[in-house]
Amino acid sequence: MADQSIAGVAGGMATAAEGDRSARARLVILLLCQALGISIFLSLTSGASDASAVGVIGDWLFGSVPGDAALNARDQLIVWDIRMPRVLLGVLIGAALAVSGAVMQGLFRNPLADPGLIGVSAGSSLGAVAVIVLGATVLAPVTALLGTLALPLAAFVGGLATTLVLYQVATRRGQTSIATMLLAGIALAALAMALTGILIFMADDRQLRDLTFWQLGSLAGATWQKIGSVGPVIGLALAAMPFLARGLNALALGEATAGHLGIPVQRLKYTAIVGVSAAVGASVAVSGGIGFVGIVVPHLLRLLIGPDNRYLLPASALLGASLLLLADAVARTIVAPAELPIGIVTAIAGAPFFLWILLRKRGIVDL
Amino acid sequence: MIEARDVSVAIAGKPIVTGVDFEARPGEVAAIVGPNGSGKTTFLKALSGELVYTGSIALNGRDMSAMRPVEAATQRAVLPQATTLSFPFTVREVVKLGLVGGRSGVLPGEDARLPERALARVDLEGSAGRFYQELSGGEQQRVQLARVLCQVWAPVLDGKPRYLFLDEPVSSLDIKHQLIIMNIARDFARHGGGVIAILHDLNLTAMYADHIHVMHRGRLAAAGAPQDVLSDELIEKVFDCRLKVGVLPAGNVPFVLPQSAA
Repeated sequence: MADQSIAGVAGGMATAAEGDRSARARLVILLLCQALGISIFLSLTSGASDASAVGVIGDWLFGSVPGDAALNARDQLIVWDIRMPRVLLGVLIGAALAVSGAVMQGLFRNPLADPGLIGVSAGSSLGAVAVIVLGATVLAPVTALLGTLALPLAAFVGGLATTLVLYQVATRRGQTSIATMLLAGIALAALAMALTGILIFMADDRQLRDLTFWQLGSLAGATWQKIGSVGPVIGLALAAMPFLARGLNALALGEATAGHLGIPVQRLKYTAIVGVSAAVGASVAVSGGIGFVGIVVPHLLRLLIGPDNRYLLPASALLGASLLLLADAVARTIVAPAELPIGIVTAIAGAPFFLWILLRKRGIVDL
Repeated sequence: MIEARDVSVAIAGKPIVTGVDFEARPGEVAAIVGPNGSGKTTFLKALSGELVYTGSIALNGRDMSAMRPVEAATQRAVLPQATTLSFPFTVREVVKLGLVGGRSGVLPGEDARLPERALARVDLEGSAGRFYQELSGGEQQRVQLARVLCQVWAPVLDGKPRYLFLDEPVSSLDIKHQLIIMNIARDFARHGGGVIAILHDLNLTAMYADHIHVMHRGRLAAAGAPQDVLSDELIEKVFDCRLKVGVLPAGNVPFVLPQSAA
């Protein structure tokens, strides 16, 4: 088993106490850093054009090679303005979705919580679609005021509203009922999708085409401008989440016990909800619905390094980013020269995986 | 010293605990006994700041309701009746959570080995690497006690006594481990800490408690030393059961009392 071989390697690094998986977790995080580096490099070098990222980056570092100035200008354009923003966006969104999944699972004390499954993404979609369709008419003052931030902010507000309603509905006296949560999530998602449907009904042809591709989820159309508008939001949310790790660990014992251990539980819950809504909202705003990253990544990592959020959160960010780059590479190449929406790739890989988790956990997860 | 005055708790408008006065002194084991549904757990939850109450509760002279979670966590640790986990934590990882917010009170370098020491105390030496979910109910209860012990390892910190709140700590344990756990409580008190324990076994209570608080229908029915409180009349009134204190069974029916432990 992979489990044992990694334990063996970790054991070689330090003599950990029995039941202490922190050494192994640190090793896995180190390996994931390397994996992400490799994924970024491969994503930058591969693509429809034969532009050489190595050449361009070498060029940028060591000055241009005389003789191929023309070629370099084209390659530079491809690498800097097309591939680089796309790779960065993939890293940001992969990390945001995976970490949001892990945080939600900690918050709801359930390995099946996921922003996509329980309606948070649908709420974000509603906010985003409202801006796309109504941005020029009803919401014109808002878009004029907020500019490029209108879309991510609307998605954030949509996600936040959904999460808050969900939490209120599913939690009674500090106990979150998972069955209620999943069912309420379905209801909220259906409502958000119906409202989104009304907006789509109102949309014109050009908006419709944009919406369809956007809803399926895609990293295509990544620009430096988009990164400028969602990067800070996602960056801030990701930076805040490690501070939640210890509290989320304690929360695994239940809200009351976490409080007895000295955790300010209410503050923890609200920070987590706002952080997740911000990260998911911003991701949905630029890339549409990319599902299952938030449930697959933390689950895989828990098998490998255990549920300690101090390691799970950074490891999720790294693996989420790598996996999304991989999915994007598949999306770009499998039907080349056309491009598959990445949401289809993650769903085709993720949905069976989710069923597998359910089968494995049939006895343990109480629904 | 823990002092509760006229504490009442209502849940959803229904009074569960009414006008309870209660004291727990450092160096003593204070037991709370009473029939099911008499408000024992609810009262303990008020003491631990988990439920809203009226009246006053002071912990070492400080008003409980004004305390931040982290302050309270350095002065008392709480063992709930049962704890389920939905993630695959190892036993060691669960015990280590006891160190998440409070202060164990051991020297800085010793915290790292504290989970092992705590597990050894609850007779779970060598179980650190097992998964919590794979343990029996009694073992899980002992793991949780080890976690609670880590949180307040030193019974006295900065000259102030600390407290263990135990809700039925021995209810799912075999007799050997009942004695082990009660001796841990006894020991904690002997070293200057205070213990509040909800118990069902009146023999264990008589054996280990310095003070017994008897609850009945949300009120305090009696309080005092075991020999003063445990009378035939009180037991019949509170437990609705005609029992006699100190009467041996007739004939040669065997009976085993914890007091006979060597």
